[in-house]
Amino acid sequence: MRTTIQLLIFVSALALLGCGRSREDALEGLSGTVKVDGSSTVYPITEAVAEEFQREHPNVRVTVGISGTGGGFQKFTRGETDINDASRPIKASEIAAAEQNKIEFIELPVAYDGIAVVVHPKNTWAQSLTVAELKRIWEPAAQGNITRWNQIRYEWPSREIHLFGAGVDSGTYDYFTEAIVGEEGSSRGDFTSSEDDNVLVQGVAQDENALGFFGYAYYEENKDKLKLVALDDENPKDGEGPIHPAPETISNGTYQPLSRPIFIYVKRDAAERPEVQRFIEFYLQNAPMLVREVGYVPLPERAYQLALERFQKRQKGSMFAAGGSQVGVSIEELLRKESGERE
Amino acid sequence: MKVRRAASWIQIWKELIFQAVCLLILMASLIALVALLADVYADGFSRLSWDFVTGFPSRFPHRAGILPALLGTIYIMLLTVLLAFPVGVGAAIYFEEYASVEHTRFSQLVEINIANLAAVPSIIYGLLGLAIFVRMLSLGQSLLAGALTLALLVLPVIIIASREALRAVPASLREASFALGATRWQTIRRQVLPLAFPGILTGTILALSRAIGETAPLITIGALTYVAFIPEGLFSPFTVLPIQIFNWISRPQAEFHANAAAAIGVLLPLLFLMNGGAIWLRNRFQKRLR
Repeated sequence: MRTTIQLLIFVSALALLGCGRSREDALEGLSGTVKVDGSSTVYPITEAVAEEFQREHPNVRVTVGISGTGGGFQKFTRGETDINDASRPIKASEIAAAEQNKIEFIELPVAYDGIAVVVHPKNTWAQSLTVAELKRIWEPAAQGNITRWNQIRYEWPSREIHLFGAGVDSGTYDYFTEAIVGEEGSSRGDFTSSEDDNVLVQGVAQDENALGFFGYAYYEENKDKLKLVALDDENPKDGEGPIHPAPETISNGTYQPLSRPIFIYVKRDAAERPEVQRFIEFYLQNAPMLVREVGYVPLPERAYQLALERFQKRQKGSMFAAGGSQVGVSIEELLRKESGERE
Repeated sequence: MKVRRAASWIQIWKELIFQAVCLLILMASLIALVALLADVYADGFSRLSWDFVTGFPSRFPHRAGILPALLGTIYIMLLTVLLAFPVGVGAAIYFEEYASVEHTRFSQLVEINIANLAAVPSIIYGLLGLAIFVRMLSLGQSLLAGALTLALLVLPVIIIASREALRAVPASLREASFALGATRWQTIRRQVLPLAFPGILTGTILALSRAIGETAPLITIGALTYVAFIPEGLFSPFTVLPIQIFNWISRPQAEFHANAAAAIGVLLPLLFLMNGGAIWLRNRFQKRLR
């Protein structure tokens, strides 16, 4: 018994010793902690920024969690985090929660994310779809009714259509239903869904009758197994005819309506802390390069400048009037309009 | 005579078939394990290196490492054992050695509830931990809050296993001890506990093996994903290997999937080591008893 106890004490002592080890302080003023949580879609960008930022400021600790956009906002509006990663604008209910807890926030767009609509490479017929056709496939009324490809276009084969889509808890699903069906969170229920986009990639890649949607980055990494479907929103103002998602069409607003901005939200009080302030400035200054590196589409150069100005002026509130997911917005225009109105 | 011999032949055949079936089942589960290991190491072997084990997370898959997650897992398991083991064994001793004598309605009620708690989904413990440890006691998203949550999660299993072990100690032993004038506490400490200890350890191993793979409750209480420093104390933010694996496996890039496989390749030996250590401890106790 005694040796066992000694062993236990030894092990705990070792553990504590390990705990006590800290990094050598560099000769640099900035220190403290920056707490980030929120969307797993935005996570790779924030991770990249945090990695580079800590190389420059080794005494600042940046921590990033993945509670999801909604879960992150719950913590953010209670004042538990400094920054929230969000793949959609803040909702009215979340703003109300923030006001109740006296949390003010600054909304900053950081990148574009496109949603790709894909089929199996052996699918020769579906080169493009219109938004109206996609709506007919995905709306709640389609459940059990639209089950064959030739119900969408007469000339397409009479084969079953198998649907794959993002899980209902994801921001991708929220945005897709808002953009295509016209109501956030409303769709048919008889499709294969997963929160993990890799599962959807596998599903579509193994099924010749499949049609699926998920984040564009997942298409980029699996180009050889999938085929893109071009999208036609039948609105000549943002490009004639069907348009394929690509970094250019996602950022110039022609791949509509499935390209969306993604955000970070900064707590206004936290922005007064030098480490948080420096982190946000670093974020917006380095985003163009880092966003591309992790597989997302950067905003136009000018939009980052406007976002930085917005942060420096500590302009609080949301540009989206608390609407949740919104479709077809040009971030640059919104930022410009906002800063123009206030000057 | 003839009939009886035929019957015995049938008996022998039955015996053989039963043995074969048992062996087959054993092989099936072993093959599943070997296939899993082979798959993991085939995917992740190229990434397994000292740099991987001692590195920090990164957006570049080839530069990313698991040190904060690995140490986070080790610290949190140590803390969980320190918290859950004494409480769990204490509760079991109370139920078996003290409460069972009176056998009140209250202790029966508690007993049923503990058995129920063992089947509660782990995410519920995460929500409980978030409300009580993270918010009410304002421990924040710290190692201590995580360990307390996991300790709650494994407590019912430890209690139930410890009770079974205590119950297996023959009553005659206790009676003999009392007859020699020993108090209840002396009997428990000198006679009952040493005999039950191997069984208690087995239960604890099983409980901890469950805890080491838990992701959901820790994500719920707000364990982080990107932590580029080693946890510094009980109140430090932390991450654990399962969360790191979960994050890498859901990334689009195949290189991150290889990282996830390599991280599993580290988590499994850690589990083997932990279980091996507990089995070694158990054997030592058993030897001493003889």
